[in-house]
Amino acid sequence: MTRTAGIATAATLTLKHALRRRNFQLSVDVQIPTTGITGLFGESGSGKTTLLRCIAGLEADLSHDSRPVHKRGVGYVFQEPQLFPHLDVRRNIEFGLRRSSAAKVDQHQVVEMLGLGDLLDRKPDGLSGGEAQRVAIAAVLLRSPHLVLMDEPLASLDQRRKDELLPYLDRLHDALSVPMIYVSHSIDEVSRLCDHLLLIDDGRIVASGELHEMLSRLDLRMLSGSNAGSVIEAKPWRYDRDYDLTQFNFSGGELSVPGLYDTSAGSVRLRIAAQDVSICLSRPDDTSILNVLVAEIDDIQTSGTSSALVRLVAGTDYLLALVTRRSIAHLDLKKGDQVFAQVKSVIVKR
Amino acid sequence: MDELFGMSIFAPLLLSIQLAFVTTVVLILVATPIAWWLSQTPSRFKPVTQAVVAMPIVLPPTVIGFYLLILLGPNGAIGSWWVQITGNALTFSFSGLVIASCVYSLPFAVQPLQSAFESLPRQTLEFAWTQGASKLDAFFAIAVPMSVRGFVGAAVLAFAHTLGEFGVVLMVGGNIPGETRVISIAIYDQVETLNYGAAHQMSLLLLVFAFVVLFGMFVINKRWSTR
Repeated sequence: MTRTAGIATAATLTLKHALRRRNFQLSVDVQIPTTGITGLFGESGSGKTTLLRCIAGLEADLSHDSRPVHKRGVGYVFQEPQLFPHLDVRRNIEFGLRRSSAAKVDQHQVVEMLGLGDLLDRKPDGLSGGEAQRVAIAAVLLRSPHLVLMDEPLASLDQRRKDELLPYLDRLHDALSVPMIYVSHSIDEVSRLCDHLLLIDDGRIVASGELHEMLSRLDLRMLSGSNAGSVIEAKPWRYDRDYDLTQFNFSGGELSVPGLYDTSAGSVRLRIAAQDVSICLSRPDDTSILNVLVAEIDDIQTSGTSSALVRLVAGTDYLLALVTRRSIAHLDLKKGDQVFAQVKSVIVKR
Repeated sequence: MDELFGMSIFAPLLLSIQLAFVTTVVLILVATPIAWWLSQTPSRFKPVTQAVVAMPIVLPPTVIGFYLLILLGPNGAIGSWWVQITGNALTFSFSGLVIASCVYSLPFAVQPLQSAFESLPRQTLEFAWTQGASKLDAFFAIAVPMSVRGFVGAAVLAFAHTLGEFGVVLMVGGNIPGETRVISIAIYDQVETLNYGAAHQMSLLLLVFAFVVLFGMFVINKRWSTR
């Protein structure tokens, strides 16, 4: 049945929504975990926002959930922060709190976590885009929703503001107990923030699963080419002051990353794009690339185009490499071969 | 100067202000739901409603006055009902004038409100709903405060338009001192009887009053927009 957002059974939440428009049809029936962040990834026009609007009750879909929007307990963070211009920041974030019967979120903690202490007496028109989005997120969280929907909350911000807001989202991810659906068309954002991944195309969920597992699949068209890449959990353990490099340990060896990272912290998530990984048959000694890992070829997916996607196993982690089909033939790469993977760049979730 | 040819020049002005004030209050209450409905509805009855509301702008006051006279008269649909309840006729009474003025000034209250409501970002209201506000709650807590300028505009226009009306008042209200003799009627009266002195004084009074009200409004408006 159409038990939508808010009603959880055994640690999963069922999203069942259908909607028919003239040029578009949405038909979704999928389960997501009630913990962590679920990324909803798809191209523009694939129905991401429409699905979110159905879940929130803002769109009249064919589900039998007749509860009005304000009784669903679903928080919605819009792409453009929608603050109330006549209220100051404090009253903006308290708007939902006052209308919530089950306020169990600590207001001070949320204000602290999103760095809003100095903004409370300001009016929304005096805030930057990033600040306004933080206020909107705080307002949504304080209402203690059953489910939080975030519709590309970074898309309207420039790169500097994005970099400014991302660490706050990381903190939310670590501290949050409420399930969240995070919509994005950026695979970097999704791999950084999410634990679970839904791929949507033309109004349908084409695949869903745990993030690492989904990213290691070679058969998903949406996760091929420049979107292909893997994430690994690694622990920063040594900082080389002379060269300003931090060394990370993971199951498959060591990775050096430019910059200083807190070596007393626990594991962090690293993203390695498939196009930044190349394959050698012998250990390259005369390369400028710092990170060379010993790996075994686990699978090769060739498509009709010039490129091929190779899944490598290093330790217990997967790496993807985007190479040309010609290289596969030239090096005679096969499943089970021992190779050396050169990793050109690594993105760290701070 | 107060008493001229045995007649106060202030009484008609006060009556005009009283009428305009009561009409404005009633109109804001009536026009707000109409304007909100017009701003939000996808209904196919919207154009019809808009046309009906806008009619007083195009029709000569005599036409509106004539129909209102029939409708509000002791034998009319509304007038006879009023007589049953209150024992008094609506025509040639202050209450009748208020009803007539509301009809006559309706578009001037509806249109500023409607355009204010239409310019509200849809997503801001949606955000309020997802934050736990019912539609009615969101209307009063978000839509109304965000449309303050629309309300001020509607009130000023309704007030000014009622103050300046003549034809409808003449047909529905007649010329009863202290009851329906508003300032525009009084001026006409004085001119008819060639009392140009009194007509001058009342006209000047109205002129100054109108200027002060409008000037005040524009000053306030400017402050708000540069805030």
